[in-house]
Amino acid sequence: MTAVPIENVRNFAIIAHIDHGKSTLADRLIQLTGGLPEREMVEQVLDSMDIERERGITIKAQTVRLSYRARDGKDYVLNLIDTPGHVDFAYEVNRSLAACEGSLLVVDASQGVEAQTLANVYQAIDNNHEIVPVLNKIDLPAAEPAKVKQQIEDVIGLDASHAVEISAKTGLNVPEVLEAIVTRLPPPKGDRDAPLKALLVDSWYDAYLGVIVLIRIVDGTLKPHQRIRLMGTHASYEIDRVGVFTPKMQDAEVLGPGEIGFLTASIKEVADTRVGDTITDERKPVAEPLPGFRPAIPVVFCGLFPADAADFEALRAAVSRLRLNDASFTYEMETSAALGFGFRCGFLGLLHLEIVQERLEREFNLNLIATAPSVIYKMRLTNGEEIEIHNPVDMPDVVRIAEIREPWIRATILTPDEYLGGVLKLCQDRRGEQADLNYVGSRAMVIYDLPLNEVVFDFYDRLKSVSKGYASFDYHLTDFRPADLVKMSILVNGEPVDALSMLVHKARAEVRGRAMCEKLKELIPPHMFQIPIQAAIGAKIIARETVRALRKDVTAKCYGGDVTRKRKLLDKQKEGKKRMRQFGKVEIPQEAFIAALKVDV
Amino acid sequence: MTDAEAATIARASIDAAAPGFGVYVHWPFCLSKCPYCDFNSHVRHAAIDEARFVRAFCSEIAHAAARAPGRTVSTIFFGGGTPSLMAPQTAGAILDAIARHWPIAPDVEVTLEANPTSVEATRFRALRAAGVNRVSLGVQSLDDAALAQLGRLHSAREALEAVAVARETFERFSFDLIYARPEQTPDAWRTELDRALDENSEHLSLYQLTIEADTPFATLHAAGKLRIPDPDAARALYDATQEVTAARGLPAYEVSNHARPGAECRHNLIYWRYGEYAGVGPGAHGRLQVDRARIATATEKHPERWLLRVESRGHGLVVEETLSREEQADELLLMGLRLTEGIDPARFAATAGRPLDASRIADLCAQHLLEIDDCGRLRVTPAGFPLLDAVVADLAA
Repeated sequence: MTAVPIENVRNFAIIAHIDHGKSTLADRLIQLTGGLPEREMVEQVLDSMDIERERGITIKAQTVRLSYRARDGKDYVLNLIDTPGHVDFAYEVNRSLAACEGSLLVVDASQGVEAQTLANVYQAIDNNHEIVPVLNKIDLPAAEPAKVKQQIEDVIGLDASHAVEISAKTGLNVPEVLEAIVTRLPPPKGDRDAPLKALLVDSWYDAYLGVIVLIRIVDGTLKPHQRIRLMGTHASYEIDRVGVFTPKMQDAEVLGPGEIGFLTASIKEVADTRVGDTITDERKPVAEPLPGFRPAIPVVFCGLFPADAADFEALRAAVSRLRLNDASFTYEMETSAALGFGFRCGFLGLLHLEIVQERLEREFNLNLIATAPSVIYKMRLTNGEEIEIHNPVDMPDVVRIAEIREPWIRATILTPDEYLGGVLKLCQDRRGEQADLNYVGSRAMVIYDLPLNEVVFDFYDRLKSVSKGYASFDYHLTDFRPADLVKMSILVNGEPVDALSMLVHKARAEVRGRAMCEKLKELIPPHMFQIPIQAAIGAKIIARETVRALRKDVTAKCYGGDVTRKRKLLDKQKEGKKRMRQFGKVEIPQEAFIAALKVDV
Repeated sequence: MTDAEAATIARASIDAAAPGFGVYVHWPFCLSKCPYCDFNSHVRHAAIDEARFVRAFCSEIAHAAARAPGRTVSTIFFGGGTPSLMAPQTAGAILDAIARHWPIAPDVEVTLEANPTSVEATRFRALRAAGVNRVSLGVQSLDDAALAQLGRLHSAREALEAVAVARETFERFSFDLIYARPEQTPDAWRTELDRALDENSEHLSLYQLTIEADTPFATLHAAGKLRIPDPDAARALYDATQEVTAARGLPAYEVSNHARPGAECRHNLIYWRYGEYAGVGPGAHGRLQVDRARIATATEKHPERWLLRVESRGHGLVVEETLSREEQADELLLMGLRLTEGIDPARFAATAGRPLDASRIADLCAQHLLEIDDCGRLRVTPAGFPLLDAVVADLAA
């Protein structure tokens, strides 16, 4: 395979709300262009991880090269990039979009434009994309193409008069989508003879090939044996292979400007390949890297502990394996009085946390307990020392602290007008400071500065609930600001449970403490004695609940035959107890640790 | 001899040696199925070929005796189903078969479960002649409305008449009542219990109504059409039970069983003391000591399939497995702590190959749920009994 003429290349992404048919459309495009034989087609070809298929979330960017002979008789190469679709991965989305010249905006013709789509459309517009609106599911009786077109024009301000009306499910009009890509999206620009300049779009670990790097060539060419340099990390490598995804990996002799493909270069860790980095030729480097590179910084932290202490080594192996493929996830060993040995892990956000936890449990068959999520705090001590704390357990004695600063974010929230009141109240309750409020079509766009601490604590869930799922949310870290924070401990039966302690704003402590106690009361099963649950700041109790003692728990009838059945029940109880954690005399179910933190305040 | 002296002697005699060897005989037929019952019982509209069943019982007894030879039978228990529906000569033939294969202790206790109806009471004399010396009557309630709700076919008056016949006919008798019934108040229960105690039975089994899976009551309960007392109310009823029976000289010796000291059901004590017993008949369970192994046995539950199995193989066993030390220890704990006499921690340690967790014992003792008596036995306190399942789960974990 040789490089194709640049004017016959089209690079595009698909932007869609969950369930609006992005994956089905991608499947159809692959089928129509003969990318995969019929027998190898599975649904959602591009979402290769189980978790992606089940949750409808794309975590890693994927790409597929489609060969298409258009109606003008020419052969085109269409590169589809499938992007991650969640705020935690906003940066990855941005880099994927930066690798394309255009996007298909897929909207469900029976549902209309939804909030999640907006943030990504604006990102595409920011990346100077040409955008082709596609109305999907027009075969449904509830489809209202005219209304939805109007909505696209009103809300996003795009001309929707030439929107392609399709049904990805039945295949209706899907060929028109291919024509639209060729005729309406611009070809990439680039200089074949200039020094190599390529964008590192994403990377992942393959057990056989090492790290596979997904790239977009901007200028120059890339061939095997060429020596390259990653400008962000200053590391250099010799290229082993280059090629494209059809969606199978297929080697190429060379990749030229405008092309999207992969390289392998005996790179050992995904951590060495940072999304957004610029790849250049070691001998003939470009002077300036591509704009927009930003290393991924974990902003949310929590402890992950094996439910069964004997699984610690397995967890150690699992986190290091996972890190191979996910450089935005960090970990270091942690010891908890209550939970034993585990790891303090850093994540891009709460969804990232959930995904990592789920992958560890699913792919490595581990049972985990996650502690309260926390953010990084900067503390200046009275002796002048500056420290960073991301675990409430490590918080020094208050008398030694001169000042605590916490991270703030700037959040952009788009919401239909009718939910604006609820959104504003939520931001206000979370110590937010309004920076801007205006309208985009019938949607309100609010910009708030918020402490990240208030956001990691179920903010996204609350936002979805106050806006019935219509509000979209994006944020970036801005600065660290002084904070009036206190360490709140949770005491169960008089004993502090370190895994549940957290740093909270003084004004919010009581509300949150009360909510935590109420939730724990629901989650801790009755014991043979009554169990006080308290929230405390230092020695001061700020909230209290009581789990009532068991009143009656005895099998009335038990004779010779029953003993077998009863023993099997006892075995089940023993299994259940393994999923509990012992704090003093009290057994706390694992799910309590996460659920207690999701309380609605 | 005073009651207390008799009790001391009786206790010494049962405690001194192993718990004895019991034979359980399951008769799986009932006239109708009670809506709360999840026992292995079946209703047949055609006549049951009892002679054929007798032959099958004899085969299974022979098979069990070959597996556990030389034991002296100290107790026999006909359970069901409704064994009082058996022809007395059927019971007699089964007892004869047992006696042909094992020596019988001179003081053997032979219990038969009976429905307290006038028809069945007419057979009591013949059952006595066949060798039954103790009956356990399924009275269940002394309130006609409650009896109807429980699906029982007798009235309270008929039941009391059957109790009178039993008192005249057998050396020993007991009867069962079910409490914590829908809407039952502690006062109403005290009155009913007092009336029951007036019958001067040496033994009473008082069970809290339990909703068992796959019964009509479970369906009604799930549909919200059957309300049973909540844990607080059930506890109040339980406490009333203990108070009334203790005051009238029939304290609990097991969670739901009350007796004049010395009048405990010796057969059931074998289960709770985790002794050795053979189970014959459809769906019967056994625990046998074979060489050094402890074997759990269970037979085919379905009566006719059991019959065919026995006829073709000589036994109806579908489970015959060696219990691990941990399993034995769990069973010992589950059963033994149901008794007010508790268990011997040394026996637990010998069975499990490890002692019970001392810190858990200390915790439970500190909570006054468990105690160690003067003889070193570990037993559940009166406060612990209503929470027994939780106590056992805690100890066994």
